[in-house]
Amino acid sequence: MAEQLDVAFDFGASSSTYQEKYGFFDPENYAFKSKKGLNHEIVEEISWMKNEPDWMREFRHRSLDIFYKKPMPQWGGNLNEIDFNDIYYFVRAAEKQGRNWDEVPADIKNTFDKLGIPEAEQKFLSGVGAQYESEVVYHSVKDSLTKQGVIFTDTDSALKEHPDLFKKYFGTIIPPADNKFAALNSAVWSGGSFIYVPPGVHVDMPLQAYFRINTQNMGQFERTLIIVDEGAFVHYVEGCTAPTYSSNSLHSAVVEILVMKGGRARYTTIQNWSSNVYNLVTKRTVAHQDATMEWVDANLGSKLTMKYPSIYLTGKGAHGEVLSVAMAGKGQHQDTGGKAIHAAPHTTSQIISKSISKDGGRTSYRGLLQVYPGAEGSKSKVQCDALLLDEHSRSDTYPYIDVQENDVTIGHEASVSKIGEEQLFYLTSRGLTDNEASAMIVNGFIEPLAKELPMEFAVELNRLINLQMEGSVG
Amino acid sequence: MAHDLEIRDLHVEVEGKEIIKGVNLTIDKGQVHAVMGPNGSGKSTLANTLLGHPHYIVTQGDILYKGQSVLEMKPDERSRAGMFLAFQYPHSVSGVTVANFLRTALNAKRKTTMNGNFKPIAIPEFRKMMREKMAMLKLDDSFATRYLNEGFSGGEKKRAEILQMAILQPEIAILDETDSGLDIDGVRIVSEGVNSLQGPNLGILIITHYQRILNFIKPDFVHVLVKGKIAVEGGPELALKLEEQGYEWVLKETV
Ligand SMILES: Nc1ncnc2c1ncn2[C@@H]1O[C@H](COP(=O)(O)OP(=O)(O)OP(=O)(O)O)[C@@H](O)[C@H]1O
Ligand SMILES: [Mg+2]
Repeated sequence: MAEQLDVAFDFGASSSTYQEKYGFFDPENYAFKSKKGLNHEIVEEISWMKNEPDWMREFRHRSLDIFYKKPMPQWGGNLNEIDFNDIYYFVRAAEKQGRNWDEVPADIKNTFDKLGIPEAEQKFLSGVGAQYESEVVYHSVKDSLTKQGVIFTDTDSALKEHPDLFKKYFGTIIPPADNKFAALNSAVWSGGSFIYVPPGVHVDMPLQAYFRINTQNMGQFERTLIIVDEGAFVHYVEGCTAPTYSSNSLHSAVVEILVMKGGRARYTTIQNWSSNVYNLVTKRTVAHQDATMEWVDANLGSKLTMKYPSIYLTGKGAHGEVLSVAMAGKGQHQDTGGKAIHAAPHTTSQIISKSISKDGGRTSYRGLLQVYPGAEGSKSKVQCDALLLDEHSRSDTYPYIDVQENDVTIGHEASVSKIGEEQLFYLTSRGLTDNEASAMIVNGFIEPLAKELPMEFAVELNRLINLQMEGSVG
Repeated sequence: MAHDLEIRDLHVEVEGKEIIKGVNLTIDKGQVHAVMGPNGSGKSTLANTLLGHPHYIVTQGDILYKGQSVLEMKPDERSRAGMFLAFQYPHSVSGVTVANFLRTALNAKRKTTMNGNFKPIAIPEFRKMMREKMAMLKLDDSFATRYLNEGFSGGEKKRAEILQMAILQPEIAILDETDSGLDIDGVRIVSEGVNSLQGPNLGILIITHYQRILNFIKPDFVHVLVKGKIAVEGGPELALKLEEQGYEWVLKETV
């Protein structure tokens, strides 16, 4: 019983709110802040500020044209209120990136201290990148990894320091024309992580990136590219928070991952944006023969999240998993899920989604399971469970299934449950308040996913859920 | 001096229907009371009302705990004040281990009892406590890591209820048919568990249909609930009489 006892339900350990814990903001002493608005001049300016090669500058301009051409998606959540001309597209917070925390401007370091990043880095991470507004202000990776040839840097630096590797893969997994927001990101991207793990190298402790928005009406467009070479392994973790403002911010990332033969990548997101952030993210992996990709995607916070991590199983025997947790409170909509595309024989996938809606919040599971002709012997299992905490909240399921091969095994299960009064009475009769009892039921509901996480992140997720259960999120 | 638990002329409605129709009962620490009565007479209703189940509306009368009315207190407040109900039908909570649940509940209680000096129970101390109590109830160590009541057999559920009581150490415990669904050894083990908790700091109200458990947990008083009222009261001999003769004579007397 040792292990489980140690992860306790840490109720009321702090009575602080999102506002106090994450929703604070710093004064702006910035090196550069662009004017609001989206146009070719701003794209030119970003590329110039970053001193980029021509191919990238041209890529950005092309992408912007694609963005203009593509209509606003009318499915998922309501995107019509986003005013693209009321957003800051590029904010440089610090003149240069720090390799140790003392080189990071005091206000910013202080913010990451409050968020517990340097502490986590000491304890259980192999490397950390910290992005503040548009750029990575701190980056560090263990020497031992560098010696093994592991590259973990910010994406802007990677473009300069590893131009060939970069150009070979950048934009190949998610081209700008993939969707309107991928086009937007391609036009104005800045920051994000670049990871390369050489063949056979096993990165034992996770690499983490933390994304922080500070400015009101900010747009954050990080771009992440991860290449896991043959037989290698990496676990990458991202976290994110922002101040609680009355006007909205936009976070629109693109994450491209390639896992080569026999390699394995795990990408864990613990999203905790304040409830004024639109979070519209495209994440995709291509998994080669016998490769494994695991997306662990926990979405708390934000105003609207639309995110469906996907896995293209292009090599024989490749395996993909999406574990998705979404929690929507008042005024929030989590439109999340996952996609598995079986394009080779004997590929396997599993999508498990658990969503929680409370106080009128809305969760939607949106998933795609596609099996190409010839992907014989493939197996897939999709399971979505929704938990409703009250009568005003809502949950929907949109499972798209397109199977063009006969020799496959497909399972699909969905369930919706409500927290029962009897169950609540049982727990409250043992001394837990209504909130604590509900939080306990919610934590139990996501336990099958939480136990997949390294302990530190399971505890973090547990803490964030309790915080949201206290009804105090932005 | 105030009684530890005083039920005064209690009337309770469920779904608009009066189920408890004027019950008077007092329990003091150190005593064991048994409540018996036919199916549907209102025993569980009484038990649930004592802990403040929101469906059960007190329309008249009062429940005093240590001299204070608890009617305005929520179930969790009553619990933290020292009241406990072992459920007739315990609910399951998926994904929450017995150990985790009990540690959380115990800490919630400590928060109240220790006031400003609250310290969560140290893990080794809690672990030791769990081991001891589980051994007493003949529960394997691995029981601690099972999800609360999920897939428990009838007997395991009842033992888990007494385990909870043993950890939370209430001052007034209501046991709603803790003996039903238990095999012969089970009744003995659970009774021994309850007996080990007995003492001057615990008052027990045990709801049962059977004399058997009362051979182990000796009641000082027996009350027979019929159609929402206490029809007869007496000492332990009353339970024996009911076991032999059934409820018919009581029903006749109450008409
Ligand atoms: N939540 C409820 N909703 C509707 N009716 C209820 C509810 N709870 C109790 N009742 C009714 O109240 C009456 C008494 O039920 P209660 O469960 O208290 O009886 P009991 O004495 O505990 O019976 P048993 O010996 O079978 O456990 C029954 O008619 C029952 O149907
Ligand atoms: Mg009953």
